[in-house]
Amino acid sequence: MRNTARWATMAAALAIAIVGSGLPLAAIAADTDAVAFGKQVAFDRKKGNCLACHVMDDGESPGNIGPPLIAMKARFPDRARLRAQVWDAQVANPGTRMPPFGKHQALSEKEIDAIVDYLYTL
Amino acid sequence: MKFTKLTLAAICALIAAAAMADKKASETSPSEDLSVYRDYFAKRFPGVPLNEFGNGVYSIDRVSRDSWEAIEEFPPYEPMIEAGEAFWNQKFANGKSLGSCFDGNPAQRTNYPHWNAERKMVMTLPLAINECLIANGETALNYKKGKIADVLAYMSYESRGQKINVEVPDDPDALAAYSAGKSFYFARRGQLNFSCAQCHMESAGMYVRTDILSPAVGHASGWPVYRSKWGELGTLHRRFSGCNKQVRAKPFAAQSEQYRNLEYFLTHMSNGIEYNGPSARK
Repeated sequence: MRNTARWATMAAALAIAIVGSGLPLAAIAADTDAVAFGKQVAFDRKKGNCLACHVMDDGESPGNIGPPLIAMKARFPDRARLRAQVWDAQVANPGTRMPPFGKHQALSEKEIDAIVDYLYTL
Repeated sequence: MKFTKLTLAAICALIAAAAMADKKASETSPSEDLSVYRDYFAKRFPGVPLNEFGNGVYSIDRVSRDSWEAIEEFPPYEPMIEAGEAFWNQKFANGKSLGSCFDGNPAQRTNYPHWNAERKMVMTLPLAINECLIANGETALNYKKGKIADVLAYMSYESRGQKINVEVPDDPDALAAYSAGKSFYFARRGQLNFSCAQCHMESAGMYVRTDILSPAVGHASGWPVYRSKWGELGTLHRRFSGCNKQVRAKPFAAQSEQYRNLEYFLTHMSNGIEYNGPSARK
């Protein structure tokens, strides 16, 4: 009984925090969806296929040609720079082995956005 | 530590690749290229003797080498060598046979590819076989698999131990063909934008998922190859075509000028290594 009350209080507090932060609940749900979609696109062999070269998240048997994708927010505080890396890494590094997913339309703009959302959770 | 080593290796690769690719093709001679290329792989994989690179990824990976050696004890390509020998001995309608175009000697591997000065083109062994068939009123073979791979398997088997020694003569047309092959090798292509060198030179020994990228030196030695992925024998140009498709580029035709020039360059880069085809690969 006590526990139930505690959970109820916590849930209420969380609800107030969310409302107070000005984030509509629907937007949070949408973000979660985008992250999940981003992960799906990143892991799909016919889409991002990021695991071919990068250690990331819980992906099994990753390659090691690219750097591990960890602490992405700390490494790319500027989201636009991270997105530019996925879109065409050759701009920042002409010798890169990373495919230009946006420039060559291997991924759609929406898919790239979702991948960046997902990368920011790593 | 491993990561640092690999990173260093990648940087060295970039420098070596840049040294070979960034200069105008005419600025470095084929023999200079060969020495840069060999040095690069010797430093990248210290302790691996040059001839070992003829065994592809198995020259640098102990684990996959063990299962490969087990496969080679009962080679999956053995029946194809026999089929190829039968094809070699088979009489044409005119009473001659393939041997009539090759001095009766199937051990021709070391003579191809070569520069044909009269025709101003790179001659490859599969092309010579088909030209022989056509000249004798027979039907030309498909260049990627099947009978051509069988007869190449027999001829390569008979040629085992011959050393690769592709000479590029001091002839502007031959040098142009060599340079075209070299440019092909270093040029990015396809939607995924990879060059041959980025995977098999800069990233040799590194992992793409669970696959280790094989070093490019020695890539020309073991053909035709029985690939487990194919479940059959295939030719070098079939593999070129597959590689191009993997980077989502439109492949060229087997025995096209582009692939013959690439074979010319790639085989020159394997000079000094023994022909050891046919072979088995993952």
